[in-house]
Amino acid sequence: MKVGLFIPCYVDQFYPGAAIATLELLEKLGVSVVFPAGQTCCGQPMANSGFEHLTHTVNEKFVKQFGGVDYVVSPSGSCVLHLKEHLHTNDRHEAEATILRSRIYELTEFLTDVLKIKQLNARFPHRVGLHQSCHGQRGLHISQMTELVAPPFSKPVHLLNLVDDLELINLDRPDECCGFGGTFCVVEEAVSSKMGKDRVADHLRNGAEYITSADMSCLMHLEGLLRRQKSETKVVHIAEILNSNVS
Amino acid sequence: MNTKTLDHPELAERFNRDEERVDWHDQTLWWIRQKRDKAAHTLPEWEALREAASRIKLNVLDNLDEYLVQFEANALSNGIIVHWAADAAEHNQIVHKILIDNQVSQMVKSKSMLTEECHLNEYLGHHGIDVVDTDLGERIVQLAGEPPSHIVLPCIHKKKEEIGEIFHQHMGTPAGLSDPQMLAGLARTDLRERFLTRRVALTGVNFAIAETGEFVVCTNEGNADMGAHLADVHIASMGIEKIIPQRKHLGVFLRLLTRSATGQPITAYSSHFKRPRAGQTMHLILVDNGRSVHLGREDFRNSLKCIRCGACMNTCPVYRRSGGHSYHSAISGPIGAILAPNLDMKKHADLPFASTLCGSCSNVCPVKIDIHQQLYKWRQVITQEGEASAAKSASMQVMSTVLSNHWIYKFGGSIGRKFMQWFPGLVSNKLNPWYKHREMPTPPEQSFQEWYAQNRKNP
Repeated sequence: MKVGLFIPCYVDQFYPGAAIATLELLEKLGVSVVFPAGQTCCGQPMANSGFEHLTHTVNEKFVKQFGGVDYVVSPSGSCVLHLKEHLHTNDRHEAEATILRSRIYELTEFLTDVLKIKQLNARFPHRVGLHQSCHGQRGLHISQMTELVAPPFSKPVHLLNLVDDLELINLDRPDECCGFGGTFCVVEEAVSSKMGKDRVADHLRNGAEYITSADMSCLMHLEGLLRRQKSETKVVHIAEILNSNVS
Repeated sequence: MNTKTLDHPELAERFNRDEERVDWHDQTLWWIRQKRDKAAHTLPEWEALREAASRIKLNVLDNLDEYLVQFEANALSNGIIVHWAADAAEHNQIVHKILIDNQVSQMVKSKSMLTEECHLNEYLGHHGIDVVDTDLGERIVQLAGEPPSHIVLPCIHKKKEEIGEIFHQHMGTPAGLSDPQMLAGLARTDLRERFLTRRVALTGVNFAIAETGEFVVCTNEGNADMGAHLADVHIASMGIEKIIPQRKHLGVFLRLLTRSATGQPITAYSSHFKRPRAGQTMHLILVDNGRSVHLGREDFRNSLKCIRCGACMNTCPVYRRSGGHSYHSAISGPIGAILAPNLDMKKHADLPFASTLCGSCSNVCPVKIDIHQQLYKWRQVITQEGEASAAKSASMQVMSTVLSNHWIYKFGGSIGRKFMQWFPGLVSNKLNPWYKHREMPTPPEQSFQEWYAQNRKNP
């Protein structure tokens, strides 16, 4: 099995730790990982702003870079959802894009559905709040949402339960959006910040030492708010927890 | 003269200047969302009901022309006078003419979002007609001189103390009242006199049944019935999409409507109007006002399935923290944001961007409208139609260039991170909206790509 690792632009630039943890975790689990050179971005910042027509070059590059892999795995539900829904190219490469769209996985769904992980050698002795990122949850359906009358499940929770000494806290609103929303976070700064403050407050009220998520973009927003409040609570990408070494 | 109205980000920012009020607004609506969840979970067949409702409505949209003709024929044979209005202006003129023909200058009106969309009260006011809204929430915002901020809960943005003050000012009730039961009682007494003296009553329509030519009006207060039963003339206004094919389909919608809206099993009154009673005249106005155009927009037509329950507003984390008035449109919230651009794209170009695309709206919607997908698609249309600002277009072009060229990206990234390390004030300042409430991320020494080049080699 050959896995192509896709590291989104902002993770590459600001959160290399999450990317390194993803790579190491996959390698530990015996996966052969390639990291195709020349990666930049999934194109979502332009597309969600109404400029999907400017994403063609980015899409072409993506299809070329990830050509021969069995799976594409990325530690970001939002970018994965965007690629799954909108990775299209011109006629010449559309067939390859179509194949790729069905082979792109967010990290926790890849670990749960493809590798079918039942145990992990990891330890994280902390109280952790899980932020359900909307695009992973409602878009990729990596966990059940409270809106539906349907049986509950959660791939991130399944994995976190495999980590030794980790205490997962309950939240008052288990799956409310954090308000990041890409360019929304600056265009609608007032509402975005208020949404984030309310999310942070829910985690703090319920005693989180760490807030984790399968999406670093939500965490970047929440981290900005936590640090402004001079809070002791930290954010950590789920890959970093799953990759935490047992000492 | 600057006639530009404030857009959603500006209005939302104003709403957020009073954080305590935002918290109260958010918690009030979240409580209703929770009541909705509880009500939905009492029905194991909930998701199947949603699917059934969605399919019935899709069938209606596919065959709307035939159902409308069938409905009209049956309504006429029931003795209802049927009018067709191409747009808001024509609708308002028809209502006005009925009032003139009956030589009345006063009317009671129960809740109708369509008349809000058509700005009927304003129009009639200009022509010397006195309209009294009889839904309690509508009455409160009418007295306050404001539009409703929510389609089901028109005055949800008002606290009970404020309502006491409005009543004091406009109805002469004692100052300082805030007991909800007492306020409702005072409003009831005030409205009763109007019900008894008005000869014309206008109601909305929730469902119009093609098979029988009857229409159904749902209220909790019975005010539509009070108006219609006491008046000599009953006018009902409906958007052409309110049709359902058969009476048996009504059960699906009535079970979904109020559970989605407020968490009640059913509205207190679901009243069927089929023919005028002896001595009464019944008018029905079928209004298009952009709906045919909308029906022709392949990506957006299924928003016409909407049954106006307001569940998407109650669940929307943006709506709860920006208030209904921030949408500056008769129908606010996520559904308003996908309906309004059809009516006036330039005026409402901001609304599809007033969302994080979290998708909660689409999943509470009782008729399964893909609201958040349509928000995304409207963004593309609005940009293609040239409604994006020049600054935004330029920055998107730069972003596209950087992200399309790996060397520029890599170089720009490393320079950018160094700049942030050396001159944090260049990004962490008040010109950067991110920094207003959030710290910037701490730039790491190395990007992942730089780390990878040092630590791994591709096989």
